[in-house]
Amino acid sequence: MNAGAAHGTVAGRTARSAGLVGCLHCGLLAPMGETDCLRCGARLESRFRNSRQRVWAWWLAGLIVYVPANLYPMMITDTLLATYSSTIIGGAMDLVTHGDVFVGLIVLIASVMIPVGKFLAIAWVMIATRKLRPGGAHRLHRMYEVVEFIGRWSMIDVFVVAILAALVHLGSVAGIFPGLAAICFGASVIFTMLAALSLDPRMIWDAADPNAQDPSA
Amino acid sequence: MNDRSSDAIGPQAAPSHDLIACPQCDWLHDVGDVPTGTRARCVRCRTVLLAPRRGAAATIVALATGALILMVVAVSFPFLDIAAGGLRSSASVMDAALSFALASGRMAPLSVIVLALIVVLPVARLCGLIYALGPLALGRRARPYAAQAFRISMRLRPWAMAEIFIIGVAVALVKVSSLAAVGFGPAFWAFVGLVILVAAKDTILCERSLWRALDRAA
Repeated sequence: MNAGAAHGTVAGRTARSAGLVGCLHCGLLAPMGETDCLRCGARLESRFRNSRQRVWAWWLAGLIVYVPANLYPMMITDTLLATYSSTIIGGAMDLVTHGDVFVGLIVLIASVMIPVGKFLAIAWVMIATRKLRPGGAHRLHRMYEVVEFIGRWSMIDVFVVAILAALVHLGSVAGIFPGLAAICFGASVIFTMLAALSLDPRMIWDAADPNAQDPSA
Repeated sequence: MNDRSSDAIGPQAAPSHDLIACPQCDWLHDVGDVPTGTRARCVRCRTVLLAPRRGAAATIVALATGALILMVVAVSFPFLDIAAGGLRSSASVMDAALSFALASGRMAPLSVIVLALIVVLPVARLCGLIYALGPLALGRRARPYAAQAFRISMRLRPWAMAEIFIIGVAVALVKVSSLAAVGFGPAFWAFVGLVILVAAKDTILCERSLWRALDRAA
């Protein structure tokens, strides 16, 4: 799987230490100080500007709206007999206890485990990169990749409510309506996605190998 | 952070096109032509740098065109319907997106976001890819603004959530199946097909290899 792997004259150092800045999108290198990629036009940043502040800001915003997302009802079910509103956790638990255990677990994972795990993982990466022992980057980088890949899947619960609220309108027999938690939860997913996108993975590798990053060092 | 301070240290001439910095860890690699079907990985963090496929542009354009046609079907036909106790109710993909706004004006922004995530952004992404890679697939020169179209398409990737929507629909069906009998409309099958085509397309899409191909076609 490693055919064509790198070997060459400049191997063994970072672009930053060589006075170059690499385009994150097309891979082309430019001299440090260049602001736009010559090939694809993307903005060039050797390291994201104010990455830490932006990550913490989005992280905090996501955490703040995650609180009402769990307190307000996610879905309100009207039937002939009663009106029943369920929170995110309540809805998943209902599935586990009354309905389909497997699907209930999917919902629990998507709307409880992934968001909570994401807050913890982003905070962990941010704190751990303050002081990282050499060789510690691989695990941290793996954690960042998992967060970045899996974060968007939390949106499942918002889509579940969207389709149920659109579909279940059976006169006075049954009706399903979205609760305020849906918009809070949707915002929380988007804010934490933006937190993950603001995190510069190169920061992780710099922390593990401080000598390789700074040309003026 | 002032990147300009290090100007004097860097080489003044533009570096070779064979040189790549790992987007994840910034390690430099001198990667010439990578044979199609193989991968070049970063020696430091193991990120895949290049994974060119034979005829990638043509396959991607074909899959994206198919997905775009299925999206037109998915938004124009009935998606799902349910029946219980002599009552019927149906919903289209648009109804699903608009359900928040209809329930309460305060949730209208969520309808806009859902519509963007499941219809608008996936369509924009498919159009951008077809526009940028179409000429490549036909062996022609790249169109004007092909680079911008391709760059924006790739940036939209995390925000196009058609595949997440279809999993959400599956979960919703389990919840509703105890309440009513569910019927599937043509839009449902079109949406499932579209998700499969998009997943196949994203599997073979290697962004940096296609940038090299676009470069050659410019």
